[in-house]
Amino acid sequence: MKNLLILGAGTSGTMMANHLVKELRDDEWKITIVDQYKTHYYQPGFLFIPFGTYKPDDVKRTIDEFIPKKVELVREEIDLINKDSDEVVLKNGQKLKYDILIIATGCKTAPEEVEGMKGDTWYKNIFDFYTFEGSCALAKKLETWKGGKLVVHITEMPIKCPVAPLEFAFLADDYFYKKGMRDKVEITYVTPLSGAFTKAKTTAELNHLLEEKNIKIVPDFAVEHIEGENGKIYDYGGEEVDFDLLVTVPTNMGDDSILRSGFGNDLNYVPTDKHTLQSKIKENIFVIGDATDVPASKAGSVAHFEAEILTENILNYIEGKPLKPNFDGHANCFIETGKGKALLIDFNYEVEPVKGKFPFGGIGPLNLLTESKFNHWGKMAFKWVYWNMLLPARKIPFVTPQMSLDGKYLEGIEINK
Amino acid sequence: MEKTIAGKVINVNEEGYLVNMDEWNEDIAKELAQEENIELSPRHFEVLNYLRDQQRKEVALTIRGVGKSGVVDIKEFYVLFPKGPLKISSKVAGIPKPKSCI
Repeated sequence: MKNLLILGAGTSGTMMANHLVKELRDDEWKITIVDQYKTHYYQPGFLFIPFGTYKPDDVKRTIDEFIPKKVELVREEIDLINKDSDEVVLKNGQKLKYDILIIATGCKTAPEEVEGMKGDTWYKNIFDFYTFEGSCALAKKLETWKGGKLVVHITEMPIKCPVAPLEFAFLADDYFYKKGMRDKVEITYVTPLSGAFTKAKTTAELNHLLEEKNIKIVPDFAVEHIEGENGKIYDYGGEEVDFDLLVTVPTNMGDDSILRSGFGNDLNYVPTDKHTLQSKIKENIFVIGDATDVPASKAGSVAHFEAEILTENILNYIEGKPLKPNFDGHANCFIETGKGKALLIDFNYEVEPVKGKFPFGGIGPLNLLTESKFNHWGKMAFKWVYWNMLLPARKIPFVTPQMSLDGKYLEGIEINK
Repeated sequence: MEKTIAGKVINVNEEGYLVNMDEWNEDIAKELAQEENIELSPRHFEVLNYLRDQQRKEVALTIRGVGKSGVVDIKEFYVLFPKGPLKISSKVAGIPKPKSCI
């Protein structure tokens, strides 16, 4: 028997277990997946908890129910990967040998990276909404908050779901408006980027929405330290922004086990071939999802597209065939804009998000880079899709792993091949 | 597109970043820096040469990475190239705009 080992039973790891159990012969391959936790969170739902749209229980399921019976689930913390002896060492000292390793250890927030962020006022006037604990604490805070200066803030890139902080700002506008207190809240969006987003067309569209919703933007702001008691964030250049309530996205980092294994980059992400998803560490190590250093968004949709391509490449690797450089950086994200509407963006390494229709060119029914109610319902339906189709690795109809140019308005767009 | 910098015709992209890092020299750096209202000192050149070195090794540049390099810390990096130091220093160093922000 040969061993295929998956590290991490989050979105990527769970999808890979479900794909591979269907593809590999169970008399030849034993599949094992390691994760120290019991709960699988629907992370896109964290955005909606602070505003009461989702209740905490709406985003929680158990890890076990999504792992196929033929896959062994080991509940233990990972100490490190020993690439030279092809084994993974667990915290309890147990060693797991592998023939093929898939790293799906994701990324997490690291608020301790910025001086003063996780200080005495953490979860008093400084919150994150990228964790279950943070979004639940923020929901309680917002219920009784009397208003003032709300600052929505990104610490540094890359972050999981780069559009979520903007969505938070848009939904906050809507939330306070409905509570009849929008005039008591000043919303400021503070970002290390030069504009609302990383891609030009989308930034133009989103800057316009920020203006329309009276949300002030402070660009090119790299936080140096935070003073919770005084309600101030400072940038390396000496600029400061006042807050009564700071909703921050802390630095995102890969798992500590990657640091202990000695092959991550400065944020503990694993060096990975951006087209084949094979690691640059050793040929029998593959990487997927937020754990990689590939220049694609850290998002569930990206992991979903990667999973189909990685499955194919694992099979190629086993059969001794060349790997296919098929991953194109495809991402597909709904952006909630408040008042029951959303935008949809679809892009890859080479093509930035543009206007158009999706998934059928000219027909839709979803609109690219244009606000619509239908897009919002698409986003809300996605929770069902996530639990019932995405994690079990069932094909999502009409949405291909590689990005399609059909239905996209590409006039004046430079494609950086 | 082409642009004349320090008496030399250079290829730049629409944001003014050099297309070919080998067309760079110190006079070009000085003129590019002036456009950003920066007067280059020997200290600036230490940082620029480090960035060019990293680019040749195909290391993806981030503010964090530069800060941990031992060449310059983040605070000084901001003093040398105020407001978006990585973007500005990359332009002056004649290397592509960092793609670290996705």
